[in-house]
Amino acid sequence: MTELAKLVAISKSFGGVRALVEADFDVKAGEVHALLGENGAGKSTLMRVLSGEMIPNDGEIHLGGERVELRDPRDARARGIAVIHQELALAPDLSVAENIFLGELPGVIGWKDLNRRARQLIERLGFDIDPKRIVGSLAVAHQQIVEIAKALSRDVRIIVFDEPTAVLSTQDAERLHEIIKGLRANGVGVVYISHRLEEVFRISDRVTVMKDGQVVGTVATRDVTIDKVIRMMVGRSLAAMFPDKGERKIGAVRLEASKLNAGRMVRDVSFSLRAGEVVGLGGLVGSGRTEVARAIFGADPLDSGTILLDGKPLHARSPRDAVKAGIGLVPEDRKQHGVVLDKPIRINVTMARLAEVVNGLGFLKSAKESGLVGDLARSLKLKAESIDAPVSSLSGGNQQKVVLAKWFHAGGDVIILDEPTRGVDVGAKSEIYGLVNKLAEANKAVLVISSEHQELFGLCDRVLVMGEGELRGELRPESYSEENLLSMAMTGRLTETHEGMPS
Amino acid sequence: MTFLTSKAESNAKPASETAGGFRFADYLQRFGTLGIFLVLVVVASLWSDAFLTKINILNVLRQVASGAGIMAVGMLFVILTRGIDLSVGSIAALGSVLTGYFCTISGFGIAMTTFLVILSGAACGLVTGAFVAYLRLPSFVMSLAMMAVARGLSLIISDGRPITLGDQGAAFTNFGSGHWFGMPQPVILMFAVFIVGGIVLNFTRFGRVITAIGSNEEAVRLSGIAVPRYVLAVYVISGALAAVAGIISSSRTGVGSSQVGVAAELNVIAAVVIGGASLMGGRGGVINTLLGALVMGIIANIMNLAGVPGYHQQVYMGAIIVVAMLLQYGSGSLKT
Repeated sequence: MTELAKLVAISKSFGGVRALVEADFDVKAGEVHALLGENGAGKSTLMRVLSGEMIPNDGEIHLGGERVELRDPRDARARGIAVIHQELALAPDLSVAENIFLGELPGVIGWKDLNRRARQLIERLGFDIDPKRIVGSLAVAHQQIVEIAKALSRDVRIIVFDEPTAVLSTQDAERLHEIIKGLRANGVGVVYISHRLEEVFRISDRVTVMKDGQVVGTVATRDVTIDKVIRMMVGRSLAAMFPDKGERKIGAVRLEASKLNAGRMVRDVSFSLRAGEVVGLGGLVGSGRTEVARAIFGADPLDSGTILLDGKPLHARSPRDAVKAGIGLVPEDRKQHGVVLDKPIRINVTMARLAEVVNGLGFLKSAKESGLVGDLARSLKLKAESIDAPVSSLSGGNQQKVVLAKWFHAGGDVIILDEPTRGVDVGAKSEIYGLVNKLAEANKAVLVISSEHQELFGLCDRVLVMGEGELRGELRPESYSEENLLSMAMTGRLTETHEGMPS
Repeated sequence: MTFLTSKAESNAKPASETAGGFRFADYLQRFGTLGIFLVLVVVASLWSDAFLTKINILNVLRQVASGAGIMAVGMLFVILTRGIDLSVGSIAALGSVLTGYFCTISGFGIAMTTFLVILSGAACGLVTGAFVAYLRLPSFVMSLAMMAVARGLSLIISDGRPITLGDQGAAFTNFGSGHWFGMPQPVILMFAVFIVGGIVLNFTRFGRVITAIGSNEEAVRLSGIAVPRYVLAVYVISGALAAVAGIISSSRTGVGSSQVGVAAELNVIAAVVIGGASLMGGRGGVINTLLGALVMGIIANIMNLAGVPGYHQQVYMGAIIVVAMLLQYGSGSLKT
């Protein structure tokens, strides 16, 4: 098979963070080459280099045996490289035909001809979509077909699919796989990024596994098993930075969620949290973890399902209802959702329970507030000039402590932490772990969402695992391992050596 | 503060640098408007001997009080939540017409008339606010619609003609021309509104929440605060204060007129923005807003003293607003 593209020793850094470290990758004509790795392993960055969206700091790009420099996406596109992004890059208010030929529309548009050519392209993919339809009105699966047709509208030699089936139903995914097989038969090189290992094994010829910006290895798919690939993807061990869990005194059930459904990303999710217990919610990014948290908190509407809080039904139609009932949420996106960045620490900390620092007429009790916030700042070891300093003047870890202080002040019994240590340096991480322990000691029920598996294992009494909006199972400390977690998230079962363990 | 770890111990050096940057910007933010105000006062008194006379100063204050002044407090509240209220000028006209209508045609007393007029303004604000807060329509469009509706109502009620207050409205005209301690009563009312506005903004839950909403509405919502209620309230307050401005206008001129407050919303917004409030919400203060309104008043006054023809004044006014904004925002952007 001819080699279409070859990336040699590609390195890329953002600030001090090394996103790619001497990564090698190649694509041959007529193959499906799967690219695997955990979130943040460097897959997308590597593909951005191939598509000209990102210029590497170091390394060589060869196309058709010739060394090239890709300066921008147009450059790559002209050389026959197309990317179908996970977030589709279509103009929702334009028609199908306009989208397909966007970027090469003539000054005067011959609609008849344009629509005819668009129809031909779509029919070649085995679909029937009216070229005059507005793209925004199409189902996601059909939008993806438009995106593929757009890629095929020009001479294309390599197509990169970035998690294409994440948004598709099983049936649509099957049809997409037929299209990919067709492309392969026509000599196109296909790069396929997916977290669904089973489909990767079904359609790919070779697999490349990435981890921490490096390529772990490239193997022929028929020579490996799913478990082997999962082992290639994990294997890092973090320093022991977790506080001793001690003997947690786990009490009665505080929160019981049953058959929760919310949108596409939360499907029939049932679980319970007990007082004094720290429960993890693991799985890959986009598996519906955040959506579960938001639905319980009333930030997103719940389609169906019931939530019992201390045995009483809770109908949180807004975060206000949830906070009143005693639930707190430390959101994933700290700066957008967690804090009011340009306002002082004081204002942020008391916001979830202003009643405590306000008199009957609505006037603020400033002295009392200073005392309360000062006490919390001290007990959380907040590093700040004063409680009147804006939150934006704090480091990431200390900003997160402000969010935690807010929920300590609110005093609820159920605390949900979504990626509590994202963007936090190592020292502050350890302190935040200590605070999570403190929440449990105070007899609160704690749910921790994290993409860092070691964090879940280090903190939690048990870990619930999600995949594609469903709860796939539960890991107990005796079966804690990255292999088990990934395997459960991707395939719904434990790795072979652990089959039959309690779940 | 002793209970917090000192800055020197903090391992987050970049953070403390940002803190320093913030203080510099704060300084400009806080005193930028005062600087513009002082420069204008100096320029005006050098320009004309008539400027720094008691009569002229009181005249400026009275104009501000019946013009942008009182409405600027309501507008500040709206802008703090990241909204805008274009309907204030029209609501002032409605307030002016209703003042004439209620006290001469309906024959209500001063208290009843005042109450009903303010209630009408608040009702207009309630409609705007309900659509903005609960149906999440853009405040720009919604208040633009209310601007047309309120102006139309004032024309319908007055039949397009001024309503003379006459003897029944004597209490209003006495207020419009009366003095307390040598200060025109409308000016005292304006200061009172600013003082109350300042107290609300700085010392109450309401003030704190609306400022936070403008900075980051989602974070406030996720803290369990009923954001829509607060958003609704600022439009009600803005509408009510616009009606008060209408009452003052009638009191000064002795007529209820549907021609009051044409293009006033622009002056009001300019006053708030010259006062350093951010149209992106979350930033602004009462004292600076008052200074902003006074700056607008002084500029108009200087041009009158200098004998600039009325039509030309608008062009200069526009140019001077741009200069004032450059001083405000240009200096603010130095930090980046």
